[in-house]
Order: sequence, then structure tokens, then C-alpha cells
Amino acid sequence: MKEQTVRVAANSKQIIQAEEHIIEIVSDSGEGAQTAGQMFGTISAKAGNSVWTVEIIPAEIEPPPRTAPGASGNRIRIGSFEITNAGDDAKLVVAFNEQALMGGMSAGKFESGCIVLLESMWGKHPNPAIAREYAATMEKLKQTDYRIYEVPMEAECLKVVQDARRGKNMFVVGMLCNIYSRDLAYAYKEIENKFKAKKPAMIKPNIDLLDAGYRWAEENLDFRFEIPPCPQQGAQLVANGNTSLALGVIASGMEVCAMYPITPATSASHYLSQALYEAGGVVHQAEDEIAACGFAIGASYAGKTAVTITSGPGMALKTELMALSVMAEIPLVLVNVQRGGPSTGLPTKVEQGDLLSAIFGSPGDNPKVVMAPATIEDCFYCMITARKIAETFRTLVVVLSDANLATGQAAFPRPVPQKEWDAPPIDQSPVPKGALPYDWDPKTGLSKRFIPGQPGGMHTLTGLAHTRASGVAYDPEANQEGCVNRSLKLAAFQKTLKAPKVFGDPAGDLLIVGWGSTKGAIEEAVTRARKGGLKVSALHLTYLQPMASGIKEIMQQFKQVMTVEINYSDDPAHELIDENNRRYANLAWLLRARYLIDIDCWSNVYGQPIKPGEIEQMIRDRLSARKTH
Amino acid sequence: MFGLNDNCSIDQDQEYLTLEDYQGRVSRWCAGCGDNGILGATQRLCRDEQLPREKTVFVSGIGCAARFPHYMNTYGFHGLHGRALPIAQGIKMRRPDLHVFVNMGDGDCCSIGTAHWIHALRANMDLVVMLHDNGIYGLTKNQASPTTPTGLKTNTTPRGTMLRALNPLTVTLGVTNASFVAQVGEWIPDLLFEVLKQAFHHKGLSFVRILQRCPHFTPELYNALLTNPDNIVLLTHEKGMQIGETTAKIYKRQEHHDPSDLNRARELAEMSDRVPMGILYRNEEIGRYNEISRSGILPTWERRAEVLESAFDRFGIQASAAE
Ligand SMILES: Cc1ncc(C[n+]2csc(CCOP(=O)(O)OP(=O)(O)O)c2C)c(N)n1
Ligand SMILES: [Mg+2]
Repeated sequence: MKEQTVRVAANSKQIIQAEEHIIEIVSDSGEGAQTAGQMFGTISAKAGNSVWTVEIIPAEIEPPPRTAPGASGNRIRIGSFEITNAGDDAKLVVAFNEQALMGGMSAGKFESGCIVLLESMWGKHPNPAIAREYAATMEKLKQTDYRIYEVPMEAECLKVVQDARRGKNMFVVGMLCNIYSRDLAYAYKEIENKFKAKKPAMIKPNIDLLDAGYRWAEENLDFRFEIPPCPQQGAQLVANGNTSLALGVIASGMEVCAMYPITPATSASHYLSQALYEAGGVVHQAEDEIAACGFAIGASYAGKTAVTITSGPGMALKTELMALSVMAEIPLVLVNVQRGGPSTGLPTKVEQGDLLSAIFGSPGDNPKVVMAPATIEDCFYCMITARKIAETFRTLVVVLSDANLATGQAAFPRPVPQKEWDAPPIDQSPVPKGALPYDWDPKTGLSKRFIPGQPGGMHTLTGLAHTRASGVAYDPEANQEGCVNRSLKLAAFQKTLKAPKVFGDPAGDLLIVGWGSTKGAIEEAVTRARKGGLKVSALHLTYLQPMASGIKEIMQQFKQVMTVEINYSDDPAHELIDENNRRYANLAWLLRARYLIDIDCWSNVYGQPIKPGEIEQMIRDRLSARKTH
Repeated sequence: MFGLNDNCSIDQDQEYLTLEDYQGRVSRWCAGCGDNGILGATQRLCRDEQLPREKTVFVSGIGCAARFPHYMNTYGFHGLHGRALPIAQGIKMRRPDLHVFVNMGDGDCCSIGTAHWIHALRANMDLVVMLHDNGIYGLTKNQASPTTPTGLKTNTTPRGTMLRALNPLTVTLGVTNASFVAQVGEWIPDLLFEVLKQAFHHKGLSFVRILQRCPHFTPELYNALLTNPDNIVLLTHEKGMQIGETTAKIYKRQEHHDPSDLNRARELAEMSDRVPMGILYRNEEIGRYNEISRSGILPTWERRAEVLESAFDRFGIQASAAE
């Protein structure tokens, strides 16, 4: 990406224009780097940039201070074009201490030539051990090509307020406003909005800190950036994926959300706990995920299709009830905001490792719909769609989001609420004489359910194999018949799906297939590779089960097909690994099994969003390797 | 006398429901199974209360006892082993118009579903909960349950169970917000009916432990009570149960027990030489989760749209010149 000095200001400052920039702010937990990041993101969005922010979250509430794993903060990517992902390496880092900085550095998150603004107070710290640590880090930094600026943040803040620890983050926002040539009026407004309701007395000191940061940067830094605005239409909404999903729950007409806290899903329920209540619904925190799922199933059975929100370990606990919802054909929406790892794994990190367990994780044959939002905007709309599918097809719909969407924040067009999103009222009309609760249509497998309160519809629903009359089945035919019909329903739903659109040319050397939150990064990588003349395209799947017709035909137009996913797969280059034992990434397994095409995969489980640059590099390597064959 | 007084008669278009009207499929329980008696008493209750069948739901887990809903002609939910209570709560949560009953075995309630048992008591939603306690896993054929008495030989305890039996009454009475706790034997139909009736009229979760014989695996479990009624202490009180003459004649050992006295209830539950029957505890003052969790706001589309718009305003941005 090209940066270009456009002019030199009177005070010999270089004014540099760039199409995009990535900023990281890192601090100890509790110092407000996250707030600063969010605020600067919002300010940038209001100033017209496209913005994607991601939280950097330590696993503990109060991790030990001044440590690399304890670093908390935010990554903010701002650009003049539509930003769909967290991007590549950072170009500017603000660090509240040198250890937090080292964390990101050793993870290789900073670009060569990256600008580092580092709190300098630690160098003269009364504790000699700390001062030594700082000096040692400075030595290491000198060996890099980073442009280091030591900033006396604490000292400068103390000129304006008495407790600098609480206000340093506003000083940082002030600096960033100067560095990125932001109009301070946006920042004043943000501070006002943040404090006016609950702590109006805090407005003035925060504005003072902001001004101080701005002034310090103006007087002491020899550069400034300009990221021109991105053409935008109309009103936008800035939210993270979990908030977007929570708003989608309200929009879908669902009134009951049953949950048990688990990272990174919980913030969706946090938001709903108040908002759904105000909409006349309820968030029920159950004693465990099993109870949460049972509660949701109960509410759905009684006519109020419910949602249960969890992450991988919670979904594992729900599997038995998921199968009940499938078996008894009770509509249910289950959201899994995936996190890293098997077992407790990486609670705050990104992974897409639950696709196969969502599809196959329950006992017996389990036809259900599995879909995945690809963007923060999708998180909103997919809840409306999921509720409708669940009711129309009397089925379980699993929605797979992930930590990347859950904690990423971006702007999308403000939705306009539509009455047609709403759930229908509970059917309480009398059931015609002789009608059966599982009167499966032989063509579609569909049947109309009876809801308590409907006169004449009395029956006992059961998770045992059952007859059309919902009696426990004692003959061998009934189980086969039930399985056939539940599977047919999925086929009937599949017929309503449209083939996904190819991103790029419809034919070429390489097709990258993705699902879920990787869409933005994959398409950005493909765009760059195509600009470099490579014949690569991308295909993104929203429905993972069932999959739309036409996917095979799309894949056949490419010489190579591979998936890019954030979940585990074996490295085929390892000496132990060959085609007899190689374990593929989740989607690659599914595609290989269904389409009998030799589909490759590229995936990893570092717990990070995949960077477009990494994908681009992988594409280049692969296509150049092919040429040399 | 019936039908003469207009005020007492039922609406013209609403037929009077008889016992048969509440009977579902033909029971497949064994001859002599105590569950049959519980079913009979429950159908009698429904009939006497004239519960609208479409507004009544029986929720169960898995086990012999859990077949219960199939034998009622109401709505029923025969779910998963141990999970009846969360499902029943979910049903009741947004449907106060439904009468919700729960039938669980001792494995269902006191083993695999223990967490739900404790938390459902605490939530105190308006449910009638029957624990069919036969001291054994019946359906899976003779394995020890938490309530199996010490020393009983079962398929999984060929040398006899080692641990003392869990006491469902003391557990229940120890849980915050438990609001109605009763015990009765399935072989005393009048008492069973009376207890279920009181449980039905209680506002909150009524927990009824029903001592139930399994003719196959624990036929002698309650022999001491059957052969010697003096081993039973009947709990009577103006605020609790009043007992018919015949019952009173058989069960001479009685205690005038005020069901609001929690300490005495706990002592009674703890007795090792005698078994209390009747209402141990009742408290109507305890809040019910399905009621106290309501915002009082009607969940209309207009309301939802309003909530959405105001959230959109809060999260909204309009790229614009700074004001
Ligand atoms: C998850 C699960 N584990 C185990 C079982 C097997 N199972 C069915 S019923 C039952 C125990 C039944 O005992 P109880 O609840 O006392 O009911 P009863 O048959 O005695 O009435 C068991 C272990 C099951 N159906 N599901
Ligand atoms: Mg039992």
C-alpha cells in the first residue's frame, strides 16, 4: 500500500497521505486502551473512514501488570475503501508500557518501519528492576527498524489531572486525533455522549486530557497522516457482531433467550438482558447450558420460538437436547459464537472449529440447518432468517458466529425495521378432527405442529421414535419413516437456496472456498492477487448444511479448489502425514465428501483472524509452484 | 340437583369432562406398578378441577414414570432423561395460561437432573412436580438410584448399595425458595388425591414426593409402611390438610403441623424411625420467577421496532462534518 508525503507543514511536519492505516493501542488491563480504541474508531467512522476495530482481550480480568499476555487493547483499521477485516500488520502502535508492546512485537503483528509511541515513565521508575526492563526493551527495539517515539504520557497527563492512570487513554485519543488529522469536534462530542448521562463532571477533565494529547503530538511529532474519507451512503450503524446479533434477535420477533455465560458469546446476552426486557421479552440465565437449551426448547414448544446462545463447550453440552429438537421437530435457534480449541481451549481467541460438531455432534441422524454469518451486518439479518427457517421447517437452526465477528466492530447500513420480520402470533385455533401431529407430507417431509392451547391437538411429543400420531413407536417401520421425513425436510429447504456468487472470474486457476468470518480477509487477498495478475476467485458459503445446488459446477471451473479456514488441519508436508491419515479442515472434509473433488485446505489455529496478507502470500506460493511443475 | 342452579352450571357450549376424557393411551406399566395409582389420582384431579385439556401440559423425563404424559389426554412432553424441569420452566415462562405438571422418576430428578431440581425449586415457577420415587431405576432394569436404601442388591450393586440413600425431602427443604413440599404414598388414594389437589392450588412450585412401589424390583421397599400404618405420621392442620374419617382411623399417628413452620418441617423430614405424610411446608409469599421476571411491557412489534430504532440511534453514525 502506497504512502505518500503530500506536503510539509510550516513546522516542518510531514503530512503523509495513505489509503489505510492499522493502529494498535495496548495497555495493562483497566487502563482504558479498549475505550480509547473504540472511541477513536467511532471518531474515524464519523469523519468518513471505513473502520474495523478488534478488541485485544487478555484471558483474565486482572492479569499481572506489565506482562505480554496481560496486554489489553484494541486494533483499529481505518481506510478510504471498504474495510471488511482486521487487516495485516500494524503501522502505528501506542503502548502504555514496553512489556505490552513486546507481546505484539513477538507475535509479529507490527509492520517493518512501524511507528511506536511508547510511554517513557518506566525508564526512570523508582523500582530499579522495572527501569532495567525498560532499558533492556529499548535495546531490543533499537535493533528493529521501528520508529520509536518515547512519550511522557504520565507526566503530561499529570499537568492536567491528578490521577493519570485513569485518564491516559483520553490523552492517547487526543494524540491520535492529531496524528490522523481529525477534527477535535468529533472527539468532544464522543466524550460528551459518553459521560453526559451518568458522570457529567467527567466531561471537562477528559476534554482537557484530549486537548493535551492533541497539543503534545502537534508540538513533538514530525509527521501527520491523512486518510481520505471513503464514499458512504446514508445512515450507518457501528456495532460488534454480538451486539448486531442481539439486535437481530429482537428484530426476529423472538422473545426468549436462554443462556449460560461463556466467552465469547456472553456479550450478546449482556446486551439482550436489558434490550430484550425493554421489548417485552426475557433473557433467562439458566443453571447450565443443558438447562438453557431445555428452557429454550420448552418456550419454543409452547409457541414462542426461542434462541439459546453459547460457544463450543456449551454447544457440546446441548447436543442431546439439539437432537431432541430435531427428533421432535421443535423449532429452535442455537447460536454458537465459536472460540478456540478443544476442551476449554482459547476462550477469547478466534477459531472456526465447530462446523463438524454442529452438523454431526448429536447422537443418531440429525438433519438440521447450519448457517454462518460472514459479516457483522450478517449477524443481524441471519437471526431473522434463522427464526423463519426454524418455524417454517419445524427444525433446529444452528448459527455459527465466531470471536472474530463477536469482538470486531464495523459500520454497516442502518437497518430499517420491517413488520414482516416479526414472528407470527401463537396459533391457538382448533385442530381439525383426525389431524395428526406428525402428518408428514410425503413430498416434503413437512407437517404442521400443534401448540398447547390448540383445542383438539392434544398429543404427547416424544424424543423416542414415534408414529404420525406421536405415539411411542414399537414397529421397525416407524423409525425409518421418521428419519426419512426429517431428512426430506432438509432437502425441501435446500431447494429454496440459491447458488452462492463467485467473487472474481467464474473460471480460473484457483478457487478459494470459505465460510463465516473469513470472508473479508479472503476477498481482500483475492482482490490483491488478481491485481497481480493471478487467476484466483473466491466462493463464500452461508449455508453449510444443506448446501445450495450449483456449487460443484462452480468448483469444476477451476484447476484447483481449496478452503481457507481457521481450524485445525494437518500439514501435508510433515513426514508422517499422507493421504491415508491427513486430517482436513472442517469445510474441506464436507466438500470432499459431498462433491468427490480433490479439495485442498489451508488452515491454522493460532487463535487469530487470518490476515489478508497471509492468504495472498499463500495464493502466490501455490500458483507459482504450479507454474514451475 | 345438578344443572338446576344456573350459577353453578357450566357454560352451555362447554361440555363437562369426565374421567375418561382425561385418559390417553392405554398404560403399559406393569400390573401392580404404583404409577397407575398416581395416574388415577391425577386424572381425578383434572376432572374435579375441569382443567381444559388443551391448556394442560404434562412434562416428563425418561423412565417408567416418565411415560405418564402418554396416558393423559392432554398436551404432553416426554423429553430427555433428567431434563423435564428446564423444559417445563420454558413452557410456563411465556404461557401463564397453561397448567404445567412435571413427572419424574428418582433417577430423573435426584440423579441426572439434580442441578435442575435445585434450581427449579429456587425459581419457584407455578408447576406441580411429582417425584415418583420407587428407589430404583425401573426402565433400565434394576440399577441403584440415589434413593435406593443401603444394602439393597441391584444389577449395579451386587454386593448391596454402599451409600446411604439421599433424602429428597431434606434436600428440597434446604433449597432457597422451596415453597411447597409434601410427601405421600401412592397406595393411599384419598391422601394422594388431597395432596395433589393442594399442590395444584399452591401458587409456586409444589414438590410432591410420592413413595411408589415397583412390583418388579422394589416391591418390598415400603412394606414397613404398608403393614404398619403406625410408621406413618399424618400431618394435619387447619392451614394444611384435613383428613377424612376413614383415613384418620387407619393412620392414628398424627401430628398437628403448621406447614408454615420450616424448622419443624425439616425435623419431620429428617426423622429416621417414622415417615411423614402430608404437607410439610407451604409458603405462598415467595416470588415466582415467571412473574417477577416480566417487564410488564407487551411484546408487540411496535414496541420491538421502537427498541430497535432507539438502539440504532445510539449506535448510529452519519458520516458528516463535525458539528
Ligand atoms: C442421557 C441418558 N442416560 C441414561 C439413559 C438411560 N435411562 C433411561 S431411564 C433411566 C433411569 C430410570 O430411573 P428413574 O428415573 O428412577 O425412573 P423409573 O424408570 O424408575 O420410573 C436411565 C438411566 C437415558 N435415557 N439417557
Ligand atoms: Mg425410579
